[in-house]
Amino acid sequence: MECFVGIDLGSTTTKAVVMDDKGQVLGRGITNSRSNYDTAARVSKLEAFIDARLSLIRRELDKEPAVAGRVDEIIDGLTRNFRREQFIEQLGDLEQTCVANVEGPRFAGKEKAIVGALTEVFRRLREEEADKLFAPDAQRKSDFFRDLAGSRFMQIGEEVARANGVEFDHLLHMYDKSIIEVENRPPSADMNRKFRSAMERVRGEMSSALDTAALGAPIDAALDIEMSERYVVGTGYGRVRLPFPKEHIRSEILCHGLGAHLMYPKTRTVLDIGGQDTKGIQIDDKGIVVNFQMNDRCAAGTGRYLGYVADEMNMGLHELGPLAMKSTKSIRINSTCTVFAGAELRDRLALGDKREDILAGLHRAIMLRAMSIISRSGGITDQFTFTGGVAKNEAAVKELRQLVKENYGEVQINIDPDSIYTGALGASEFARRAVVEA
Amino acid sequence: MSAKTNPEVIKESSMVKQKGMIAGNYDRLTGTKESGEKVVSTFVPGNLNELIMCFDMVNNLPETNAIQNGMRKQSGGMIMDAEKAGHSEDVCTYVKADIGMMGRGNIAPNGKPMPAPDMLLLSYTGCFTFMKWFELLRHEYKCPTVMLQIPYQGDGKITKNMRDFVVKQLKEEVIPMFEQVSGVKFDIDRLREYLKNSAKAEDNLVWVLESAKNRPSPIDAYFGGVYYIGPMFTAFRGTTDAVEYYDLVRGEIEQRIREGKGPITPEGDMKEEKYRLVVEGPPNWTSFREFWKLFYDEGAVVVASSYTKVGGLYDQGFRHDPNDPLGTLADYCLGCYANNNLPQRVELLEKYMNEYQADGLLINSIKSCNSFSAGQLLMMREIEKRTGKPAAFIETDLVDPRYFSHANVKNRLESYFQMVDQKRSGASLATA
Ligand code: SF4
Repeated sequence: MECFVGIDLGSTTTKAVVMDDKGQVLGRGITNSRSNYDTAARVSKLEAFIDARLSLIRRELDKEPAVAGRVDEIIDGLTRNFRREQFIEQLGDLEQTCVANVEGPRFAGKEKAIVGALTEVFRRLREEEADKLFAPDAQRKSDFFRDLAGSRFMQIGEEVARANGVEFDHLLHMYDKSIIEVENRPPSADMNRKFRSAMERVRGEMSSALDTAALGAPIDAALDIEMSERYVVGTGYGRVRLPFPKEHIRSEILCHGLGAHLMYPKTRTVLDIGGQDTKGIQIDDKGIVVNFQMNDRCAAGTGRYLGYVADEMNMGLHELGPLAMKSTKSIRINSTCTVFAGAELRDRLALGDKREDILAGLHRAIMLRAMSIISRSGGITDQFTFTGGVAKNEAAVKELRQLVKENYGEVQINIDPDSIYTGALGASEFARRAVVEA
Repeated sequence: MSAKTNPEVIKESSMVKQKGMIAGNYDRLTGTKESGEKVVSTFVPGNLNELIMCFDMVNNLPETNAIQNGMRKQSGGMIMDAEKAGHSEDVCTYVKADIGMMGRGNIAPNGKPMPAPDMLLLSYTGCFTFMKWFELLRHEYKCPTVMLQIPYQGDGKITKNMRDFVVKQLKEEVIPMFEQVSGVKFDIDRLREYLKNSAKAEDNLVWVLESAKNRPSPIDAYFGGVYYIGPMFTAFRGTTDAVEYYDLVRGEIEQRIREGKGPITPEGDMKEEKYRLVVEGPPNWTSFREFWKLFYDEGAVVVASSYTKVGGLYDQGFRHDPNDPLGTLADYCLGCYANNNLPQRVELLEKYMNEYQADGLLINSIKSCNSFSAGQLLMMREIEKRTGKPAAFIETDLVDPRYFSHANVKNRLESYFQMVDQKRSGASLATA
């Protein structure tokens, strides 16, 4: 089947969406942008194709009476076990890379011991951790290999180093040196093998409760469908770095406009707060951009500003919103100037203000900037859609809702759980139209 | 507001001539100590070059100095100097570049120090920053200042009263002050001669600007436009040099039209004309070439701009009239773009959109120019409404390099051009 792909290369994450020729979204994938846009594009695309394959499997399973009512569970099991396969595959790559990196005068004479320790660490990661990480009800903090492998490597590495009389520093050094290489190498594209072995594990997990023989045919049918990538459109800050001809590139403003339209056909105003900039976009009833405004060169009020604040407070970006939600007192923050963010924060803290109250004030200040950009683009008309990374931040959303109400009255505000894919979605639709409607 | 050329961009013979004219003027300016000539500082919009020539004085335009410094990447440091000296961040960066330049020895582009002005001629057409600017200069130079008050076209009309008021000032204040400072007696016939030259050159300038109605347009009426208007808006209007210059340009453009060529860009002839734009607002000078490239790389040509009218709306019919020398000077000052009210500006842009068959309107809003920027968003909405064509808004500055963000401007322009594409293919794309 012909597939259309949109890739949104953001400054922090890269997203991909795979669509069929009817405009149905088949799959979504995301990865860190890192420094290498090429790889990020490839990885996110591969992830989206994996997700697309799962959609196809779901379609087939839905037709199979024997598994009725259990499809979600099966898909969940398949996903989990597929990830496990992927994890093990990448561990293998990481191990080889680590071992190959044991060289140089610093390690002279100790090579054997280090390699031995590494082998033991990876054995345990593979045999003990993989099962735990991907057990049916395991909570994973992240889906990125670096995060999954990293935290466990540290812990096991320390134990193994101690037991084997090897310096933990050496192991750490190998890991640091190798992880970037591995990360920048897209996992092998041999999906079907991984899906099949995932399927076997699902059968094992579910055998008592299900006629697992019924799984085989639909999954095989889905795996046999050939997905070919017909047309790709790139967008986002990294778009010019993609190896795309010019006609395969669309600005993120157009992609966000169209993406938001596909999610909510009645939306007329779109606010996108990304890592680099904030955009107010007006679209018509076809999703065509009729006007837009964005922040000037100043980063005030963009996602980056929240990043500075998080650094300054020694917190993770995702902790800011929840803490701000605890605020009980409203504090007015006057500047969203990134240059002064640190100083203003320190001043406020020195004055005895609480962190949560300061954070609530900061979120409001950012939303005030966003409101000004929106109003310059023509204001808010029903319906209004909020996209971009900051849409996940509940404190920001809370302030936005209040400001929209104060300024524009009752307006429907849409925030899609998949809003991070809005740009990629619009791009994939552009890709589809380039072929289907050309 | 002002206009000047972009060195090393276009290598036609008119360019060579213009370069020579500018260099000559700077040499004349920096040589006044030896020559004994007197210097008058004045502004570009509504400048009275023909009158100044009647008193054998040299005309110094601080805006063009700021632009020169901007294009030579000198203005950033000058602006910071001025800010250190206490001038606010948000004030017109021409002023700060000018003040910073003084602090650095007031060196002209030819490497020689600028003379102190013998007189300040303040005609404040539309921009009130002018008044404060010359207040600062007067404080510095302690020279006589004469003020020519130009009533703002608040109602969009020039009345007889307004005209008489300007003429009266010319007679009773400006000319006497010139006579006193220069020691030269005013001769109205001399003024008529210069005005005759002006009108001749103005005809050709209008012809050149209107050549953009062709497809493809043989000129770029914004980036290239600042080069075409240079002599007319600065120290040369009224001179035979200017007349010859515009003859030359006209010939060159006629040739381009015959050959079906697009405009000249810094990288040669523009290839395919994909977008025809009307632009409102001054250009960015510190990144002029980069800025321009963002347009011609995409096949965007500016077919009309308001900026090239800051020193006179000749294309709307005004010509200097030798038969009414003082009245015509009054009309000229009253009619500059910057002196027009918002409805007039909207009207003009709409007219350009239609007459030049533009695909859209682009506004370059200047961070530090309150005079031009006020009301621009409103104008944009109005044009969108009236023409149904897409408009876009970018933000840069005149000569402050800190306010030019290449990535930001590029992003907006690309989005805009794609928006124009999308609008064009309209229905066919819109079946989602
Ligand atoms: S404020 Fe604007 S119009 Fe006034 S002098 Fe400065 S640039 Fe020119």
